[in-house]
Amino acid sequence: MVDTKTYTSTRNSCKLCAPLGASLVFKGIEGCVPLIHGSQGCATYIRRYMISHYKEPVDIASSNFSEESTVFGGSRNFIAGIDNIIKQYKPTVIGIASTCLSETIGEDIPGHIRSYCEAYKGLEKNLPTFIHASTPSYCGSHAEGYYNTVLATVKTLAEFEKTDNSITIIPGMVTPADIRYLKELMDDFGLKYTLFPDYSETLDNEYTSEYQLIPSGGTPVWKITRIGNSKAVIEFGNVFNKGVSRTKDIGSIQSAGEWLESELYIKNYQMPLPIGIEASDRMIEAFKTLSGKEIPEKHRKERGRLVDAYVDAHKYVFGKKAMLYGEEDFVTALADWLHEIGVETFYKKGADFETLREEAENFKPDFLIGNSKGYYIARERKIPLVRLGFPIHDRFGASRIHQIGYRGTQELFDLVVNALIEFKQENSPIGYKYL
Amino acid sequence: MGHILDDRQKQVSVAGANERTIDCNKASLAGSVSQRACVFCGSRVVLYPIVDALHVIHGPIGCAAYTWDIRGSLSSGPELHRLSFCTDLQERDVIFGGEKKLYNSIIELIDKHQPKAAFIYTTCIVGVIGDDVESICRQIEKIKNIPVIPVQAPGFQGSKKDGYKVACESIFKLVGTKNKPFTPAKSINILGDFNLAGELWILLEYYKRMGVHVNATITGDGRVDDICNAHNAALNVVQCSGSMNYLAQMMKDEYNIPSMRVSYFGIEDMSDALYDVARFFKDDDMMEKARQMVKEEFARLMPQLAWYKERLTGKKAAIYVGGAFKAISLVKALRLIGVESVIVGSQTGTTEDYELIKQLCNEGTIIVDDSNPVELSHFVKEKHADIFIGGVKERPIAHKIGLGFCDHNHERKEPLAGYEGMLNFAEEIYATAMSPVWKFTK
Repeated sequence: MVDTKTYTSTRNSCKLCAPLGASLVFKGIEGCVPLIHGSQGCATYIRRYMISHYKEPVDIASSNFSEESTVFGGSRNFIAGIDNIIKQYKPTVIGIASTCLSETIGEDIPGHIRSYCEAYKGLEKNLPTFIHASTPSYCGSHAEGYYNTVLATVKTLAEFEKTDNSITIIPGMVTPADIRYLKELMDDFGLKYTLFPDYSETLDNEYTSEYQLIPSGGTPVWKITRIGNSKAVIEFGNVFNKGVSRTKDIGSIQSAGEWLESELYIKNYQMPLPIGIEASDRMIEAFKTLSGKEIPEKHRKERGRLVDAYVDAHKYVFGKKAMLYGEEDFVTALADWLHEIGVETFYKKGADFETLREEAENFKPDFLIGNSKGYYIARERKIPLVRLGFPIHDRFGASRIHQIGYRGTQELFDLVVNALIEFKQENSPIGYKYL
Repeated sequence: MGHILDDRQKQVSVAGANERTIDCNKASLAGSVSQRACVFCGSRVVLYPIVDALHVIHGPIGCAAYTWDIRGSLSSGPELHRLSFCTDLQERDVIFGGEKKLYNSIIELIDKHQPKAAFIYTTCIVGVIGDDVESICRQIEKIKNIPVIPVQAPGFQGSKKDGYKVACESIFKLVGTKNKPFTPAKSINILGDFNLAGELWILLEYYKRMGVHVNATITGDGRVDDICNAHNAALNVVQCSGSMNYLAQMMKDEYNIPSMRVSYFGIEDMSDALYDVARFFKDDDMMEKARQMVKEEFARLMPQLAWYKERLTGKKAAIYVGGAFKAISLVKALRLIGVESVIVGSQTGTTEDYELIKQLCNEGTIIVDDSNPVELSHFVKEKHADIFIGGVKERPIAHKIGLGFCDHNHERKEPLAGYEGMLNFAEEIYATAMSPVWKFTK
């Protein structure tokens, strides 16, 4: 056993900061411009990180704190920021995320929003909708930022009028391709639905020849408002934002689905991210129950083909060892799937990349699965890295990776099998051309 | 000019003798979606290429995560700079203070990595929660016997440019602390080259061929010991003056070392740099070697550049980069291959830079300071640009409108400096301007 000492510092962090998760959610709302209430760098770094992954414009405004705003409060910058966003972008929604700085100096963002709206008394209709999420980077990671913002948006907008026949689906940090698949699936089941947040178009748009100041797509506000009328919610995940406790409100943090269930009595179908046959079956069962229909032929056949593919290639994956990293909800779903096909997994909650690098000495993985930042470990160990998750900065097509449901699992399965076969082939002294 | 916010009108001008001087050196407007980063970023990018130093970021995780392995600054030896260390402050640290965590972090990391020096960056909230980073650095310096330098870089204390100044102050603390046994008389320090894609090594080869000794490289492929001995050079040759002028000034005041401003982008500026250095040393032999080298390089390059020029003439370029001095070189380099610059802007240019651009560019060229996506997308449409030269954040602006794009960012993998760099630059401009894919975007 190689001794793995623990360090006080975080060495090559696996996690990113909470306002990034908030920005991703805000990009999934139609007509929304995100505003990060803090220093200029926060917005710019997050833009750079998201642009390199999605290869799409990501405009995020900053209230650009100065020394003065840090000492005397950021309300002036807040007002100027909102004014300028409205002038330049004419948004229907402004999503405001706090930062470590604005939270530490005790900025009252809900108060700022109230005063801003009061100044427009009588003309509020002309103002965009404001959504505020508390996302200091000293509480959790980008994943907590994401889930907190989903919850904050639902709390701010959802209203109950009377229950209708629609369902709400909250998929979590999935890819644009995953979101498009879910919509197709629900259409095929004939379900009326609201999917939130929907960044399948805003962050994976077609060529437009114009710079759309606010990219088309996203969940419209009126639909988020009507989430309160849904007969059921489906949300993917186990962990959500509960991995971290806030000094302010210990124990009261819920996921958006749990909040809708406890506050508006909407049945919440909470389930792991549907990767693998068993997890996908569970999702399909929920759709069958909610639609009262059998699984559409197209999707039944996709399941059948996936089983067939499992059978054909089972020997190439059985007994292999995978090291996983990324958002916990994603990684636990991946691990369940890998166990389903006989792959052994290693995951260490909260570990940074240097810790993983040291752990790899003991675990001796055959391959890694995760974002591109783990590449240096794969390179050092001369093993394959199957790139999934966020961010993928060294490849194209991250938005088009489809990883959920039978069809997505099929794509993942082929990726993993072929990565292992390619590795074996590349390292073989014989240049064989068949299996 | 409805697409330009009222408070930004004066930060946009056009080339031409009677046009007004541009406003710059201002804080970014709240809500403007500036392409700039912050003070922390400015200090981090300048110090990052010092390869045998430990870089520890004191604050919550974001600042460290986003700057991990951020620049393509290569090292000929240690690669400690490519690791990202952070105290990763949590809510209880914010309430009770993060000093102990910082102290333990630094001690453990010094023990593990045995660095020559440590830079401890403070981020936004550290000043607010009152951690005494200076005192911790002093304590550890005594115990571990290496320089432990606090880099006071809270993001809100100015702009990215102020971060450059903070970095210069940190570097200056090392300068003059060691004397190497022998530093040749005709030696220079290279300031403001960051060895992106190995560009520094190209320059070192040129200076070697001229007989110039390079004493310290600040900060590309930088070494702590060389920086400590930097005061023994005869001349500071400063590229990327926006980031390094301040250090050159401090070294002049303290050690009486003169400095000169150069650029290594494009063959005119590259050659001028070599001639200026030879002229400074009043050395005929050195000048002759420089002339010979330039002659050889020109003979090799010109036919190839002519080939590109023939094909690219008439194309129009938009330039938006970090420093305006680099933009000036780009305008000249583009002209050499037949491309006219119709928009020239930067995040951190000075009045003098912008005045130079005004004189250099054709009448009507838009000149802009601290721009944003709304403006840039309008400008390129208005001026019918074909190619955009910028960084990661400008790329989607270009691509969504159907413009070619050349990445002049610090992550680039192909060297663009020097004579080789000019060829790479021409090749990249050609590849992006002439791709057949544009037929689908018309």
